[in-house]
Amino acid sequence: MHTDTDVNTPAPAASEEKVMGKDGMAALVGALTGRGYTVVGPTVRDGAIVLAELESADQLPYGWGVELQAGQYRLRRRPDGAAFANAAGPQSWKTFLHPSRVRQWSADRVGEETVFTADPSPPPRYAFLGVRSCDLRAVAIQDRVLTGGPHRDPVYQGRRSGAFLVAVECTEPGGTCFCVSMGTGPAAGPGYDLVLTEVVDDDGHRFWIRSGSREGAEVLAELPAHPADSATREAARAGVTAAAERMGRTMPEADLRELMAGTLDAPRWDDVAGRCLTCGNCTMVCPTCFCTTTEDVTDLTGDHAERWRLWDSCFDLDFSHLHGGPVRASTRSRYRQWMTHKLGTWYDQFGSSGCVGCGRCIVWCPVAIDITEEAAALHDWTRSRPPEDAS
Amino acid sequence: MSTVTPPLPYRVAATEPETADTRSVELVPAGRELPPFSPGQFAMVYAFGVGEVPVSVSALRGRHGGLVHTVRAVGATSTALYRLREGDTVGLRGPYGTGWDLDAVAGHDVLVIAGGIGLAPLRPVVHTVLDRPAAYGRLGVLVGARTPDDLIHRKEIDDWRGPAAVGVTVDRPGPGWHGAVGVVTALLDRIDLRPDRTCALVCGPEVMIRHTARALTGRGVPAHRVQVSLERNMRCATGHCGHCQLGPLLLCRDGPVIGYDRAEPLLTVREL
Repeated sequence: MHTDTDVNTPAPAASEEKVMGKDGMAALVGALTGRGYTVVGPTVRDGAIVLAELESADQLPYGWGVELQAGQYRLRRRPDGAAFANAAGPQSWKTFLHPSRVRQWSADRVGEETVFTADPSPPPRYAFLGVRSCDLRAVAIQDRVLTGGPHRDPVYQGRRSGAFLVAVECTEPGGTCFCVSMGTGPAAGPGYDLVLTEVVDDDGHRFWIRSGSREGAEVLAELPAHPADSATREAARAGVTAAAERMGRTMPEADLRELMAGTLDAPRWDDVAGRCLTCGNCTMVCPTCFCTTTEDVTDLTGDHAERWRLWDSCFDLDFSHLHGGPVRASTRSRYRQWMTHKLGTWYDQFGSSGCVGCGRCIVWCPVAIDITEEAAALHDWTRSRPPEDAS
Repeated sequence: MSTVTPPLPYRVAATEPETADTRSVELVPAGRELPPFSPGQFAMVYAFGVGEVPVSVSALRGRHGGLVHTVRAVGATSTALYRLREGDTVGLRGPYGTGWDLDAVAGHDVLVIAGGIGLAPLRPVVHTVLDRPAAYGRLGVLVGARTPDDLIHRKEIDDWRGPAAVGVTVDRPGPGWHGAVGVVTALLDRIDLRPDRTCALVCGPEVMIRHTARALTGRGVPAHRVQVSLERNMRCATGHCGHCQLGPLLLCRDGPVIGYDRAEPLLTVREL
């Protein structure tokens, strides 16, 4: 169990490294289940690779890849039978760590008294199998947002502190990926209990696996694995290095925080507002978007009330509602809020970028708006501005 | 660090009408008590089954020793709170936010400037200064409202005349109004302002805050010695819901009170 939620603390050095085959993957699911974890990982469903509870490693997307473009997601068959050679799917791990709908507390009128009760449900104990490098960073970012400030969110804290993370290094980036620009991949950063790198070559289908925590090492010791050989290690490293060269997208070479702060009046925001539908898809699929709203309900007696928390989106007109109307009424202001927060003001609020370069917002935008293209357009605008406007 | 918990039950000890749509409510703990509040901080006040809204404390200690909140009925929840009666129970969380920086104000002339219900979060500042006059320079209180009937804490404002230089103005006078008419910034010309010794604390509608802060800096009060209390939508008050963002700020955490030197560039961007 990796309980350290400080993103600045590197994981302990890989104390153990092994190589295992597909049988090792089956054993891994069994070992985690045996330890009481609910194993969640990628599987094919409804024409996509989704995250779901796994009963066996056979449910992993062996032999499936994805084709990703702006506004487009397609599954395709892979002849090599690889399980993890597919970029980010529509969901991220926030679905499990920061659920879309949570009962926070209830209130009951008992005679003259009102009694408030925190939701008593014990947090589930998840083992996440296949946390891609970009998503591993996203978890670290949500750690900071939801448990790193003066107040801790108990729902996230409970789920996160009990979670076991099996990371996967990326060897097959999608057409919308830009983790290299954001410094989050394709190699895995700290924060995992175990990390896998998948290799499929003439020597067979295998996984180079290392531990990043004591419990990770314990689990690793239970698996049918043999000592790491240099050929597998080299092939794995080469696969990750090659992935870094095949990013489908890049961010402009600029300080994105400064770029966002300096372009609040750019005409490009009107341009993107002409395309954006304010549907909020980008915020739902983003692995770091954390905003929520609340809903208060009562039962028919009127003596039992509940407080629910639901995912919200800064694209919703109600999001900025004050008496007198919304602060951000125009589409321009709402898209600008999302993008400048993600790439700029997130640093001020939480000490890092809010973007991990996973590309989900590009894939799942129904009108194919591309955050890297918008950033590039803003960058071009700052460079083309006449000097007298440059201040 | 603290973990977010459910509200604590508080009982309404007294209510006091302020205007046709505004009422002050004094709350005492029905059991466990929240940690002490500072002037400018706020609580999340929950009306059973209706909702929860952020409300600044308008007095740290009422007649019954409880926390006083002044509520204007504008939405479903604030209307439910406005309708509270003695003996009713609400839920309370807090204290939240960064209040007025009174340490920075000590030794200076204190100029409190309020628009409408913006006087509520400033009232504990006036109480604090009046309780310890030696710690501060001169006290000025300037209040603006739409009409005489929209003035809150009206009797108390009269009590402040004497220990403080008090100015009151309204946009639209009614019969029997003999005071000033016009925007609150016009009152700045009627007081003996010492810009080099003054700390100003401002709360009201955002447009009023902008004009007032500009008028103060225009008269030579440095922007960092003008504190303003801002408002945005707020769902959690604990920095997790994202609603109260104002550019780089989370107003529930970094505010609601911030220095005008930080606020100015943010308030001049439309729809930020």
